[in-house]
Amino acid sequence: MTANLPDPMIPTPFVVQKVKRETSDTYTLDLTRADGATNFAFAPGQFNMLYAFGAGEAPISISGDPGRTGTLVHTVRDVGNVTRAICRLKKGEMLGVRGPFGVPWPVDRVAGEDVLMIAGGLGLAPLRPALYHLLNHRGEFGNIEVIYGARTPKDLLYPKELELWRGRFDLRVHVTVDSAENNWHSNVGVVTKIIARARFDPPSTVALICGPGVMMRFTVLELMSQGLTPSQIYVSMERNMKCGIGLCGHCQWGPFFVCKDGPVFRYDRIKDWFDRREV
Amino acid sequence: METMEPILAAHPFCKGLEPRYLKLILACASRETFTPGRFLCRDNEEARKFYLIHHGRVAVEIYRARRGALTIQTIGEGEVLGWLWFDQPYHWHLDARALDLTRVISLDVQCLLNKCNQDHDFGYELMRRYAHYLAVQFRVTKVQLADFYGD
Repeated sequence: MTANLPDPMIPTPFVVQKVKRETSDTYTLDLTRADGATNFAFAPGQFNMLYAFGAGEAPISISGDPGRTGTLVHTVRDVGNVTRAICRLKKGEMLGVRGPFGVPWPVDRVAGEDVLMIAGGLGLAPLRPALYHLLNHRGEFGNIEVIYGARTPKDLLYPKELELWRGRFDLRVHVTVDSAENNWHSNVGVVTKIIARARFDPPSTVALICGPGVMMRFTVLELMSQGLTPSQIYVSMERNMKCGIGLCGHCQWGPFFVCKDGPVFRYDRIKDWFDRREV
Repeated sequence: METMEPILAAHPFCKGLEPRYLKLILACASRETFTPGRFLCRDNEEARKFYLIHHGRVAVEIYRARRGALTIQTIGEGEVLGWLWFDQPYHWHLDARALDLTRVISLDVQCLLNKCNQDHDFGYELMRRYAHYLAVQFRVTKVQLADFYGD
């Protein structure tokens, strides 16, 4: 998983090419390698450790197209010192990158299946590369349904891209928010309510979920009530990753190291740990 | 009436209902169409109707002084509008506005209540379905209150 870089503990310098403000506290950064190389391959769902010089490292999912290896894209929410430093970077400034790390979404193993992608809040960022992959190989999959929820319309990531996806005939995109002013013409309500409207054949479906814990918990319950089994459901877990290669133990979650065994887990493997409050 | 029966029978609220009960509901039913922007109900109005939506989408709104309407839920095909028709004081507590061209079967509440009083088995069956929808609605509201996307 670290074939691009000689030593997984040494950051590679990258240059910020573009910073785009997504919401009030979330930014998308386009990065290119400082040495000009254009071969940063990754699999959808993997993450990098981004190093803001002088501030520290933070694990951030890759949110770009895996088919475009020249530009590395990360969507970062300003929630602490390191992420704030990353979000304040300007075009031309540099940061360090270690990775890619972790187990990806199983997009190369689910050909022929209907795919449900269910994202909440910032959870669309780690799922976006999987969607790019599905669209790049559209003929290999059945129905693709994207269900995305956020607090308000202002909190939605990638609104222009959502509009483009909604305009496609080979993909159904459902966007919902918890509340909205009356100029909002899409859904209002939780993502779990939208699942019943999605078109999928339960025995031939795989569900990919990414979002806050409470959202994923209720979404799993709803999917199982719709006929999916735990082995058809994948979730992306968030934990305090540090080394990225399963050595330091910061991200230990029961018998797993989220950085190495995850962040994407098949639900049947982790269901005994999913709801435990003490870990 | 002939065209309404299959729509009613296929609606999730009525699915699996005995034909004799379906006929009782049909006697209280009429079809209505709401163009986008038109209100199905307004806050404080008397709740005379209970709506089964079979096409389109409806925004359920709370009006806030000086801040305008806030949409707290959208409902669409296969869903129902008007949870409180079974309970006093039989008034709407929210506004509901058609977002798209919306076709509904509207059920006359007084007519339904009369039939429930005349046939308690029918009343029980209707109450059972009503309780299910209420439980789902309650669950959804709890989840929404949990600030789903908050961390």
